[in-house]
Amino acid sequence: MSFSDANIWIIIFCMGVGTFVLRFSFLGLIGNRHMSLWLLRHLRYTAVAVMPALITPLVLWPDATGGQLDPARLAAASATLVIGLWTKNVILAILSGGVTLYTVLYFLPSAIA
Amino acid sequence: MKTSFWAGFRTGLPFLLVVGPFATLFGVVGTEAGLDIYQVMGFSVLVIAGAAQFTAIQLMQDHVPTLIVLASALAVNMRMVMYSASLTPHLGAAPVWKRALVSYFMVDQSYAAAHQYYEQNPELPLDSKLAFFFGVATAVAPFWYLFTYVGAAVGTSIPPEYALDFAVPITFLAIIAPGLRTIAHVAAAMVSIIVALLLNFLPYNLWLLVAAFAAMITGAQVELWMERQK
Repeated sequence: MSFSDANIWIIIFCMGVGTFVLRFSFLGLIGNRHMSLWLLRHLRYTAVAVMPALITPLVLWPDATGGQLDPARLAAASATLVIGLWTKNVILAILSGGVTLYTVLYFLPSAIA
Repeated sequence: MKTSFWAGFRTGLPFLLVVGPFATLFGVVGTEAGLDIYQVMGFSVLVIAGAAQFTAIQLMQDHVPTLIVLASALAVNMRMVMYSASLTPHLGAAPVWKRALVSYFMVDQSYAAAHQYYEQNPELPLDSKLAFFFGVATAVAPFWYLFTYVGAAVGTSIPPEYALDFAVPITFLAIIAPGLRTIAHVAAAMVSIIVALLLNFLPYNLWLLVAAFAAMITGAQVELWMERQK
């Protein structure tokens, strides 16, 4: 981590304040006014808009393998996605991803850099 | 009011199956990334929003500028504005300090449980509605802190063979998958991935914010289009 301690605390503090402001927005500041449909329609997709972009490079070019496509991580990601879509169960999806990762790493140990 | 609190508490308990492991994982990942235990706990106590915390840690490891770390992590939390708006008709009449307290404890679980309870019991007095919300928060939040601490305490002793670098992608995939409820959600996720790949040459992980905005617009437009088809 190249961040100084002070910088890390600035990030923590600003994220805390920023997140609180988002949570307090309507409840504390704007009040019971009707929220525009336009805004609502966009906010609905924030989670599913940010996270896939964030993890795509982590799945395809993991730092741990020096950026090489890795069968274990690819298999684990696929298993997590399939089980998550199928069961809608977060814990089950994480577990199947973990089990797949370790199973493939066991048979293809060279995958670890 | 007491019954509402305990009803909330009981509703909150099953969430621990998700919150416990998720918090432990954050403690481990944060420590592995080089944060000290105060910083890891600072995240979980001051921010109390798992997905955003993981996003921040990931970007900090990529040596991204502070402002982009903040913008990206807060983008993940923009859904809270939606939660805030949807709780206001029920809790908007409470004194400001109670609304501030509700805001602090507004997480996916407490929001989802309270919103459902209020829809089923719209005539409930304000105090009971607040009690239910704080009941859920009381079941969830202490364990969020506690398990973050547990994860941070064991984190440094885990060797790299365990491939913990992949805990974040797996966790995020597991969160996203059940959220792909409609064509609009799937379209948003697809655009998010495609833009991230196409613009991966951009410095400072700026592709992340561009992909997020493109995906949000896609989701909204596809939703509109679907409504017009009906």
